[in-house]
Amino acid sequence: MPTETIAGHTIELDANGFMTDAAAWNREIALEMAARVGIELTDKHWKVIEFCRKDAKEKGVAPGLRRITKNAGVSMRDMYQLFPKGPGKLAALVSGLPKPKSCV
Amino acid sequence: MKKLLVLGAGTAGTMVVNKMRRILDPDEWMISVVDQEETHYYQPGFLFIPFGIYGKRDVIRSRREYIVPGVEMIMAGIDAIQPDQDKVRLKDGRVLSYDLLVIATGARVDPSETEGLMDVGWRRDIFDFYTPDGSLALARKLRTWEGGRLVVNVAEMPIKCPVAPLEFLFLADHFFHKRNMRHKVELVYVTPLDGAFTSPRASVLLGDILGRKDIEVVTEFNIGSVDFDSRLIRSWDEREEGYDLLVSIPVNKGSGVIQRSDMGDELDFVPTDPHTLLSKEHDNIFVVGDATDLPSSKAGSVAHFQVDVLQENILRWIDGLGLLPEFDGHANCFIESGFGKGILIDFNYEMEPLPGKFPLPGAGPFSLLEETRMNHWGKMMFRWVYWNMLLPGAELPLEAQMSMAGKRR
Repeated sequence: MPTETIAGHTIELDANGFMTDAAAWNREIALEMAARVGIELTDKHWKVIEFCRKDAKEKGVAPGLRRITKNAGVSMRDMYQLFPKGPGKLAALVSGLPKPKSCV
Repeated sequence: MKKLLVLGAGTAGTMVVNKMRRILDPDEWMISVVDQEETHYYQPGFLFIPFGIYGKRDVIRSRREYIVPGVEMIMAGIDAIQPDQDKVRLKDGRVLSYDLLVIATGARVDPSETEGLMDVGWRRDIFDFYTPDGSLALARKLRTWEGGRLVVNVAEMPIKCPVAPLEFLFLADHFFHKRNMRHKVELVYVTPLDGAFTSPRASVLLGDILGRKDIEVVTEFNIGSVDFDSRLIRSWDEREEGYDLLVSIPVNKGSGVIQRSDMGDELDFVPTDPHTLLSKEHDNIFVVGDATDLPSSKAGSVAHFQVDVLQENILRWIDGLGLLPEFDGHANCFIESGFGKGILIDFNYEMEPLPGKFPLPGAGPFSLLEETRMNHWGKMMFRWVYWNMLLPGAELPLEAQMSMAGKRR
């Protein structure tokens, strides 16, 4: 697994650039990972990130886009403004979670 | 007398009661099944209706005919499940109790989830083919349609029978060729996935076939709304695709019962152990078929393999033994590819579809991940197998678990 230095921490990433260990995540890492994909985190972003982290801890998998919009108090439209170019993937990426599974 | 109650008499529910009635002692266990509709639909047949290959009569039978004697059939809508009291409330006010419950309430399309889909264009220029009414309406439309841009759009995953939209396009290509109007039709597949299919090798094969048949593919398109006036669909990230005829595979959800009972996830699918099929939240409820939240395909073959595992686990549950984690996500799908040919894929949670021969290693008669005439005949024969062997619960010469025998990596 490749590692990278993000916000001063050595972080292991998978082939798609997602963190392999959600426990190694912190807020500074989120800020830098977001900046790398051109996103400046606002309070609304943090609301989504906090939901994703909590939900992934409870369920064992990163929540999909629909699950986020049903439970985190943001609309689908909001999600596309907050995380343009793939809100489901980017929310997981910034939250230090694996890429959400798409079904066969 | 103990009670086994099954909700839903579709493919999965019918197989469960028919198999269990043969196994469980009628002096000890009463078996009941609830469904609100008299008609059993052969859902794989809906795909063929728009092209006039099947008619309505080919896909319907009476539900009761397929339930073995000794099973109580209750025709009623289900209001809600009350899992804390081991009871189910029906819409007519009756309350049923159970010792063991099997949820087999399936999945349905919900076009109201997408803005504008059911406005004035619905069933005029916008159709679905996942319902009997939708496929029949589309058949009428295609009989007189003069051509243009035909867009097939999957609104969101997961959907029932994830290969059906591709089969629809392959059959449409064949249909328009036969009518000497293929040159007047643009065929476009607009999908939220990043390729024709999710698993890599099948995606390459299916992508090649789409290309060969001159079918355009638009990927990573998450539909936000339909603009009927301008005849276009718009994605959440503001991309647009125009259409003259839109064939939509709307958002798929679990049954309204699941929502009213507050037992589902965000799409009303029931959280289920992926290997034992026991509900994650209630230890006297099993879930089977399309109603589960499992990452296996929502398809009849999957329900069939699940029921083989479920049958064993119901017996173990009754005897107080540990459940076997035997369901492996096995799916087996015939894919119609048009011009009298078909493809067969066989896969599970872990293993993507691979080439080879099936079911007999080396001999077939079916070929995996390859277009052949025999595969097409397999698909056409399957309707007979469904009504005469699968639903009655007869043993098929197929293992519930996926096998690597006869496959090439």
